[in-house]
Order: sequence, then structure tokens, then C-alpha cells
Amino acid sequence: MADQKHLDVTLETQVESVNLAEEMCLRVAEAAGFDEDDCYRIGMSVREGVINAFHYGNQERPDKKIYLAVELTTDKMVIHVLDEGKGFKLEDVPNPLAEENLLSTSGRGIFLMRSFMDEFDVVSGRTGGAEIIMSKKLPGQNNHAPNGEGGQSAAPHQA
Amino acid sequence: MLDLSGRITLGEGSALLRSTIRELLEEKRFKILVNLGDINYIDSSGIGELVSAFTTVKNRGGELKLLHLTKKVHDLLQITKLYTVFEVHSDEVAALRSFDAAVA
Repeated sequence: MADQKHLDVTLETQVESVNLAEEMCLRVAEAAGFDEDDCYRIGMSVREGVINAFHYGNQERPDKKIYLAVELTTDKMVIHVLDEGKGFKLEDVPNPLAEENLLSTSGRGIFLMRSFMDEFDVVSGRTGGAEIIMSKKLPGQNNHAPNGEGGQSAAPHQA
Repeated sequence: MLDLSGRITLGEGSALLRSTIRELLEEKRFKILVNLGDINYIDSSGIGELVSAFTTVKNRGGELKLLHLTKKVHDLLQITKLYTVFEVHSDEVAALRSFDAAVA
């Protein structure tokens, strides 16, 4: 109800959108009372989500848009990053911690978002592109994930 | 020694690191100690650029080592398992000596 706050922003597919999205979400996170470490994790995750949309989703094409949405519910901050690409499946993303991928120069964004946020998922969005949905519990909320993981201990799921 | 400051992120930071490494290699400087003491923020693009620099220098027969990691950068290299890839030093003199030791 009145406790829920929502912000929707349409971003251009350009490098500057990455910093812009990070700064906007940092303001929201700070206002919501997250401490410095959590603000860093949220800011980094938003960066990685928008970089993913910019580079992999929209293929850096300026005619495509990136849609950022932030919701503050009573217990968590939820961030959506939607692109206009072809979408992807999480299980197709290589594990950056695998020995053969350690020296890869890319492919760590999804891992970082998963590591830094409490919840993370990728679904097919209304544009047909990938929609990243990730959240962090508000300060003071119970931070235990059902499986005892969560926060920094989360690791990429591998088949 | 290459002193970096600020952020290594998509765009300027990553591009600057790439061009600087390229210039050092063109000058035949193959032993590179990258001081990250004033770097408090690296994103996945910056990590990729560091890895790229590491492999580029190594492929040219050189060495790239890291000095003075801030806590955030240290933690980032830990969770991405890159701490085991890079040779990381906290003492500048020892770091510089380690290059000589490798030659001897």
C-alpha cells in the first residue's frame, strides 16, 4: 500500500547509463538506511546489471533502451533491469570460478550480482529481452536465506 | 611501477589501464608492478581489464604483479578466485625485489 515506493527510469544504451543507474540506486539505498557496505554491494550489482543489458542484451545498440525499476517494499529493495535483447538462460552462463574460466576477461557480472544480493533471478521480460530481478533485505530485516546461504556466500548455480 | 587511483570501471578507467599497459610494453618494460593502493572500486569490466593486462604481459614474457590492495579490491579478488592468479604484495620493496629474484 502506501509503504511501497517505486521508481521507473528508461536509460539509453550508452556507457554513461551505467554510472547514472548506479548513482540513482545508491541514493535510494542510502535513503532506505543501508550501511556503506550494503550500498557498495547494491551499487555494484546495479552497475553489473546495466552493463549486462548494455553490452550483452542490447549489443551496445543505441536504438535500444534499458529499463530500470526500483521498488522499496516494507522489507526489501527490489531492482529490475530489463533490456531489449534476445534474453538468456542462467544455466547457460559459464561459471567464472571454473579453472578454465579464471583467466577470462569477461563473464563475472552475473556472479557478482548473485554474490552481493540476497535474491537474484533472470526472467524473460515484457520486451522479450532479459529481465534481471534482484533484491536486498532492508536493514533490520531477518537476513537468513532458507538454505543458510545468501549475501556474499552465494555462488553461481551450476548444472 | 604503475600507480593507479580512482576507479577501474567500464569506460574511462578500463580504457586507461589498457592503453597504459600497451605503452609500457611498447617501451619494452615487461616487469610491471601495479599499485592499487588508491583504487577503491573495480567492477567486472575493470577485473577483466586487469586479467587482460596480466595475460598480455605474460604472453610477452613479462610479469605483472599487484601491490597494496584495498579491502574492497582484496575481497573482490578473493570471491572471484583471482587472488590465486595474481601475485599480490603488500610491501613495495619486497615486490620490486621479487622481480629481480625471478631473473636470477
